Amino acid sequence: MKITGTVIRYGDNVDTDVIIPARYLNTSNPKELAAHCMEDLDPTFVKRVKAGDIMVGGNNFGCGSSREHAPIVIKESGIACVVAKSFARIFYRNAINIGLAIVEFSGDIDEGDKLEIDFDNGVIRNLSKNTRGEFPPFPEFLQKIISKGGLFPAMEALT
Amino acid sequence: MQMTMSQKILAAHAGKESVSPGELVMADLDMVLANDITAPVAINEYRKAGASCVFDCRKIALVMDHFTPNKDIKAAEQTKKVREFAAEKKIENFFDVGSMGIEHALLPERGLVVAGDLVIGADSHTCTYGALGAFSTGVGSTDMAVGMAHGKAWFKVPRAMKFNLRGSLPQWVSGKDVILHIIGKIGVDGALYKSMEFSGPGVASLSMDDRLCICNMAIEAGAKNGIFPVDEQTRKYMSEHSQKTPVEFSADPGAEYDQVMDIDLSSLQSTVAFPHLPSNTRTFADMPVVPIDQVVIGSCTNGRLSDMQAAARILKGRKVNPRVRTIIFPATQKIYLEALRQGLLEIFIEAGAAVSTPTCGPCLGGHMGILAKGERAVATTNRNFVGRMGHPESEVYLSSPEVAAASAVTGVITDPATL
Repeated sequence: MKITGTVIRYGDNVDTDVIIPARYLNTSNPKELAAHCMEDLDPTFVKRVKAGDIMVGGNNFGCGSSREHAPIVIKESGIACVVAKSFARIFYRNAINIGLAIVEFSGDIDEGDKLEIDFDNGVIRNLSKNTRGEFPPFPEFLQKIISKGGLFPAMEALT
Repeated sequence: MQMTMSQKILAAHAGKESVSPGELVMADLDMVLANDITAPVAINEYRKAGASCVFDCRKIALVMDHFTPNKDIKAAEQTKKVREFAAEKKIENFFDVGSMGIEHALLPERGLVVAGDLVIGADSHTCTYGALGAFSTGVGSTDMAVGMAHGKAWFKVPRAMKFNLRGSLPQWVSGKDVILHIIGKIGVDGALYKSMEFSGPGVASLSMDDRLCICNMAIEAGAKNGIFPVDEQTRKYMSEHSQKTPVEFSADPGAEYDQVMDIDLSSLQSTVAFPHLPSNTRTFADMPVVPIDQVVIGSCTNGRLSDMQAAARILKGRKVNPRVRTIIFPATQKIYLEALRQGLLEIFIEAGAAVSTPTCGPCLGGHMGILAKGERAVATTNRNFVGRMGHPESEVYLSSPEVAAASAVTGVITDPATL
């Protein structure tokens, strides 16, 4: 699989409270929740995000609460993939379990850059900067979850 | 293969002789937990997958603690969904208003977790139960839903860091200061994906409430879990609270640790995490004058009986500053009742504080103590991220109950030793 998208970039320690503030968690409806995605960090996000955009973060992306609402609202907003230097562990497993693409990568990426991500070969091309980088593939165990479309359908293959 | 305590518990539940860091395993669960915010998402997933029976109706806990007593119509609809699911699946450990407490204070108190257990919870502070010598960690709602259906979860076997404790804590200093000190040193991702294993002669001097508080905030250093060795105090606590049979694990002498940190408990001081990260810590040697508008004492971090007692020692015979709204939340009904019997609630009310039924409410900016733009709170909770307790331009300062109570009296962040 290969995707191309425009970067919306944030810094280190993007926490789940800014991804989706708890005051909106009185619903589990993805559409209602997505109207508030990134609200406390970037109130312009919901207006400017386009389907296929790529969200880029620094270290420890998704730290804080275990709320699965966080990867759900990012996915629901149309973000095709989150690229970060590192992910907080609960966000990492939640993203895999719900089928939000994530990539650990620490190359130089700026707001508005165009990226091409080749998941099969583990290659990121920054088309704006004309640079190329690699990222390690997921272990086979996690690939099974991803290829089955989530944890529930993958359980038979995993046990 | 020499293993850490956490690795041994994972190996035992994965049916393996040994496991190595980085290995991905599927393991059997002893308890699966969710609350009124995360359970509805899990129930949606559960129904979507067409799962019918739960794996074991005794090994699931659903605790209605976050937006309860229901803060609005939508919250009421969410808890209704969970209540109906619990009835349909005959979930034994469903806790609603009247029996519920804050989940991570409630489960140990009800004896639902003991040493050697493997526990997942759709709440990041599930790591609290490491204080009992269990491996427990926070996950999302899909993991929780799969856990309810299959009684299993996948784990990446964690590497570990060791915190070697010696000495004992000085007066006015408690478990919260220990964990804030550690997070201040290693950072909010200092233990990312790792186990934080506490050990050493200083462990014996820490109460169970201190240990629960310390493990509770392991997640704020990015850790997968925090864990204490099992000792006489743990055994006494478990025998007083649980019918379950504990299994004691201990780290092998040759277990591998990425880092070993020595901590002399007697050298620690009252510590406050400034906005907007739990790692942004200061002690009173280096503290500006910070006027405050609200104090919150409670939460899964510091809502236990010893926290109530610590606050009462300071508030007894004193009045809270009229500019400071002071809200105190005993974490469970049992703690509430015991605080009532010991006269603590009377001390709080006479001091001018509000006392509330258990709820997570203000900690995550849900209800029962939301901050306006520009307001500041000292809270014994666990996170001070942007907007955590209300308006994105409000501020949360994390502290022990001792510091919070002293600050309520003076109206500025205050060292309890100086009161």
